[in-house]
Amino acid sequence: MTEASGPLLSVEDISVRFGALMALSRVSVEVHRREILAIIGPNGAGKTTLLNVVSGFYHPYEGRIRFEGRDRTSLKPPDVAELGIARTFQNVALFRGMSVLDNIMTGRLLKMGGHFLLDAVWYGPARRQELAHRAAVERIIDFLEIQAIRKTPAGRLPYGLQKRVELARALAAEPKLLLLDEPMAGMNVEEKEDMCRFILDVNSEFGTTIALIEHDMGVVMDISDRVVVLDYGRKIADGPPEQVRKDQAVLDAYLGVAHD
Amino acid sequence: MIEFLRSLVLPFADMVSSPTFFVEVLVGGIAAGLMYSLVALGFVLIFKASGVFNFAQGVMVLFAALTLVGLMERGMPVPVALALTVAVMIALAFAIERVVLRPLVNQEHIILFMATIGLNFFLEGLGEQLWGSNVKRLDIGIPDESFSVAGVLLNKLELSAALTAAVLVTVLAVFFQRTRIGRALRAVADDHEAALSIGIPLKTIWVIVWSVAGIVAIAAGVMWGAKSGVQFSLSLVALKALPVLILGGFESVPGAIVGGLIIGVGEKVAEVYWGPLVGGAIENWFAYVLALAFLLFRPQGLFGERIIERV
Repeated sequence: MTEASGPLLSVEDISVRFGALMALSRVSVEVHRREILAIIGPNGAGKTTLLNVVSGFYHPYEGRIRFEGRDRTSLKPPDVAELGIARTFQNVALFRGMSVLDNIMTGRLLKMGGHFLLDAVWYGPARRQELAHRAAVERIIDFLEIQAIRKTPAGRLPYGLQKRVELARALAAEPKLLLLDEPMAGMNVEEKEDMCRFILDVNSEFGTTIALIEHDMGVVMDISDRVVVLDYGRKIADGPPEQVRKDQAVLDAYLGVAHD
Repeated sequence: MIEFLRSLVLPFADMVSSPTFFVEVLVGGIAAGLMYSLVALGFVLIFKASGVFNFAQGVMVLFAALTLVGLMERGMPVPVALALTVAVMIALAFAIERVVLRPLVNQEHIILFMATIGLNFFLEGLGEQLWGSNVKRLDIGIPDESFSVAGVLLNKLELSAALTAAVLVTVLAVFFQRTRIGRALRAVADDHEAALSIGIPLKTIWVIVWSVAGIVAIAAGVMWGAKSGVQFSLSLVALKALPVLILGGFESVPGAIVGGLIIGVGEKVAEVYWGPLVGGAIENWFAYVLALAFLLFRPQGLFGERIIERV
């Protein structure tokens, strides 16, 4: 399997344990280039844990993670970001005191060349670089239709908009893989529709591969190319939405099984 | 009553009638103010980068001065001792990141604050253990004497302290305001997890700010130590930095500078001109009363970010 044709990300047999609790046991998931993968499952199934492992916040005690064919199991979050994996958080993690614009600019920190310390010395180039990145950020602001709030401190925005700004910050890094942890949680119908549109547009216009966790089944069935279902830390289904919807194991996990 | 009002206004006439003396007072105030700024800057840097009020900043000043004097007493020339002290403070920054900060990533700010209280006692003990607890004289080769420029008497030591502080303050202001480090710092202060996820190396940022705070502490330690001897009370310099922070705002580098100058000049002028009116010693409480007024009317300080809580 050559690098270009293989999966963008492959999680191979990983297990994560918190004390006696097996949060994930021998889970394998592949994320293919340019697809939208939805990860679903009942509460406590290990969805966020999986995302945290991929983005380097947790480390599995067994199994491997490969990105673009290279092993990256033991990397830390900043290194993972450097590989081109961006993420959002379940509870919005914006820099609350900063303006929306500054928040999105932070997403480009890694795109800025040179060393931190050298910026102070080479002030002119640092300034030019800042302006170039500013242009890229403005494009994202237009794309996500948040022009009107660019100067507003992020902490003062309503929840739905905060989620959108968080997406903007992740996009600013021009990631190869975008991880979204419940991008539509707590949104009203209209906000959900907007967010769905943005996710589809990001995928089709920038060719960004997206893996997202979502609870709203309607949304999942509408936008995802493939669905992975977790239950009690195990993968119980993996396939196209129509197929997963009819899967007996999935129905059991969501609706419960009669024990007799 | 009229007599009292007259005595309140009269000092202004004094200022005009004897301008050289007024300039001397101003210069003294600016010199003291820059030194306050220097100490306050140490607080601001760490506050910006971790949202933590570093209780140990004052003791870091003492520790730096003790180390420098200790090395000089062992016969090292000033430049070598200074370079070694810088190395010690940077090593300290690495150690603090590794032992104190790293295990506390993502904890509440109050917990990190408590950790700095622990650090305060640790450094105080370590300093005394290593270098002894008696008062030491710090002689950096600049005489504590005065000379006259156009009729204005200036103190050499004060002047060189003020110049050093001014240079240091400018360099730091440029470094943190004009580069993307500024934004990275604020990002780290706001949310550790999110900062990590966008690729900000938390450890590097922390080591940088604590090292810089350590170097600022050396400068402050040398300046104050040369003036009043290296002793435990040096760590109380931090107390004077508190009103400066309240005036300038906890997260503003320019705020620390302006705040320091206002307090330095303010307390000198108040002491010299209005001191006799209340029996002197204005210098001791002026800064705190000013800070109190600020807390009542502008709690975020001159340059601080306004805190608006959604309800």
